[in-house]
Amino acid sequence: MESATLDPAPPLSPPAVARVKGRRVADSGTESDVASKDTESDRQNIEWVACMARIRDAGDEAAFARLFSHFAPRVKAFLMRSGADANLAEEVAQDVMATLWRKSHLFDPARASVATWVFTIARNRRIDALRRARRPEPEDLPWGPEPEPDQAEVLVLQEESEALGAALATLPEKQRVLIEKAYFGDLSHSEIAEQTGLPLGTIKSRIRLALDRLRHAMK
Amino acid sequence: MTNDITHHLTDSLLMAYSAGTLPEAFSLTVAAHVSMCDECRARLGAFDTVGGALLEQAGDAAMAEDSLAVTMARIRAGGETRRERPAPLQAGVLPAPLRDYIGGDLDSVRWRPIGMGVKQAILPTDRDATARLLYIPAGAAVPDHGHRGTELTLVLKGAFVDETARFGPGDIEVANEEVDHMPVADIGTDCICLAATDAPLRFRALMPRLAQPFLRI
Repeated sequence: MESATLDPAPPLSPPAVARVKGRRVADSGTESDVASKDTESDRQNIEWVACMARIRDAGDEAAFARLFSHFAPRVKAFLMRSGADANLAEEVAQDVMATLWRKSHLFDPARASVATWVFTIARNRRIDALRRARRPEPEDLPWGPEPEPDQAEVLVLQEESEALGAALATLPEKQRVLIEKAYFGDLSHSEIAEQTGLPLGTIKSRIRLALDRLRHAMK
Repeated sequence: MTNDITHHLTDSLLMAYSAGTLPEAFSLTVAAHVSMCDECRARLGAFDTVGGALLEQAGDAAMAEDSLAVTMARIRAGGETRRERPAPLQAGVLPAPLRDYIGGDLDSVRWRPIGMGVKQAILPTDRDATARLLYIPAGAAVPDHGHRGTELTLVLKGAFVDETARFGPGDIEVANEEVDHMPVADIGTDCICLAATDAPLRFRALMPRLAQPFLRI
């Protein structure tokens, strides 16, 4: 989406991203608009995955710098919207990015996009920093990331994550605001619990698809 | 892990857990259920993906000029990156997040009787909500209680039946103030569950002071 401000993506080994049928987002402009946007951002997602691999395998600082320039300002913005002041948000964003480096071997591109993974790190740091509370984690699955994940699975998962983001962007304002409030911590848990059916609207089917992919990846 | 789970978490709870906004006792219960339920683990993954998409769209807040250099310095100061993965836990009766809170498995629980053969153990969470383990002898009932807020009940062992349905291992019941129920353990096996509430239950009056030492200050 913000690809205009980014450096051109370096060539990656899978030159063409396989297209998945039926992943067009409704009511978000013409077919071709969406298709070209999707192709750019799919490539983007795959590029971030490649950066993670270079950090993990070679301690590649240039790859880290690319991820940093994309994600650190977003993490900072995310934290500020969650109630952190600029100094705390800066500090925590740096910490999140340092964690990304240290835990690069735990990133599994068959189960999460880099954005999703960064989100989970940022969320946990936000709970530590702002609420000083604990958030118990589920028991780890008995297996970790594959050393050589199946490239087709990685592509599909990365595409699905991107499609979910695109669907989110096209939600009616009211629905989108409610979901943002839930994630930025502006909605109390009882307010959330009172929502008998969250107005997930059009992203519901995307969540469904993302779910199918994850289920597959977990097999 | 278990394929027979029929009562799952709601979208609202999964989303709030993914967002990181639940009180600790509810997070613990969600984490315990997800540990037992692949379906909800995958659904949670989908909600984390929503979080990732929101992060992407959160806008940019300019980082300090020397931010990257400072972060690299932090990383270097951390020394050689450790590559080992956390050792897989020994399998136990209880899911790992619960064992963390108990400091061991089921045999380490410090039960306190609350009457009629029912025992409980309050787990140390923050005070926004309470998490307790309940031990209900086969065929016995948890005293009838209503809820002012939300109550989550996760079956860890055995099964219980209430006015709404039957709940077996891994099943979670999400009850709100409209539910006034009396869970009864299955005849034949004792039932152990984890219950989280964000408002006191009526039977809490039966155990004055007992909960206090367990609450984290």
